[in-house]
Amino acid sequence: MSCQFAESTVHGYFDGELDAVRSAEFERHLESCAECQAALSGIESLHKRLQQSELNYRASTQLRDRVTDRFAADPAGRVRARDIRRWLLIPAFAALVIAIVGGVMLIQGRGHNDQLAAELIDAHVRALQPGHLTDVLSTDQHTVKPWFDGKLDFIPPVSDFTNDGFPLVGGRLDVMDGHNIAALVYSRRKHLISVFVWPYLDRGPSADGAGSRNGYNWVMWQSGDMRFCLVSDVSSGDLNVLKKLIHSKEQ
Amino acid sequence: MQPHEKARFEHLVLPHLDSAANLARWLLRNPADSEDVVQEAMLRAYRFFETFRGGDARAWLLQIVRNTCYTFLEKKRPLELTTEFNEELHGGPGITPETLAAQADDRQRITLALDSLPARSREILVLRELEGCSYKEIGEITGIPIGTVMSALARAREKLRRQLAPDAAKEVL
Repeated sequence: MSCQFAESTVHGYFDGELDAVRSAEFERHLESCAECQAALSGIESLHKRLQQSELNYRASTQLRDRVTDRFAADPAGRVRARDIRRWLLIPAFAALVIAIVGGVMLIQGRGHNDQLAAELIDAHVRALQPGHLTDVLSTDQHTVKPWFDGKLDFIPPVSDFTNDGFPLVGGRLDVMDGHNIAALVYSRRKHLISVFVWPYLDRGPSADGAGSRNGYNWVMWQSGDMRFCLVSDVSSGDLNVLKKLIHSKEQ
Repeated sequence: MQPHEKARFEHLVLPHLDSAANLARWLLRNPADSEDVVQEAMLRAYRFFETFRGGDARAWLLQIVRNTCYTFLEKKRPLELTTEFNEELHGGPGITPETLAAQADDRQRITLALDSLPARSREILVLRELEGCSYKEIGEITGIPIGTVMSALARAREKLRRQLAPDAAKEVL
């Protein structure tokens, strides 16, 4: 193997884990690199083979019963302090990393889109906390859309894209820049996507944009007099598919 | 545990029991052991639920399941964890690309090939290909730095590909 991209980058590309810039760079390279083309089709066929073989084991009924029985009896009791201390280190360390990254993000703050995206990524992450994801939980666009009625001074477009692989999960209100905005939630395989929608307020021409931050991808664009921003940990490719779906409904 | 915490646990963590069972079964390669380990891991998760700060409940649970599996392996089957650094041994004895090629059933062939990989290659493939985890989640669960998940996954896929296709492995690719 002589191409360095064929060793590793091609995997990130296949898994949708490259950011928009690296992904575009790789696509340009891929056009002329037979080695990467072969590697990509190898990964693809291995993936298909694994998918088709239905390899996932599931919890047996006995295990499920044993587990739920244990919790019904609530064995929580007292836990050894040593164990707790050891396990506490993990979230404590994670919190420290988040605090540092958050601090760095605040200092950097590049461009209006980036600032908005950072704010919306925070909103998305906040929404992933238990109980915050959706205020109205419904896969029915005719339930979700009227729910926003009277809560916002605009009507967000709501469509279900189950047939295209993006089922509607629900909606909620969020706040951006001190304004109430609509947030719709779609799922993609086991991941969630927040779709933020707000009226385009007069802030001068604002270019469409995309990027990634802390492992979350975002895509922002304008359609008619609304602005949209998608935020998720799914690949930028998946986000662009959803963008096209929403855009096609908007036309 | 408070009743609302218990409900939260049932709502957030319990739905991932299948994922927990899947990871444990692939790591331990034995149904009875993996059921015991999953049960213990669920109990741990329940006890330490207050340390869960929100976010990805599945990744949080799978991290506990993985740790419990490795603790079990260290105690009961230490050889599995030490021999895996010798790639020539391929973990399972007797499983060669040739015996795999003789398997008529593709599912069986893939299962044997996966089982023959070192635990650390197997787990990353299970997380990515079977559980659909993102690199970020894989990093969280396995403790592999996020920057090296991609190359670790690339190596694991290459190992599996070689096991499955003895002829293709000799190609230039």
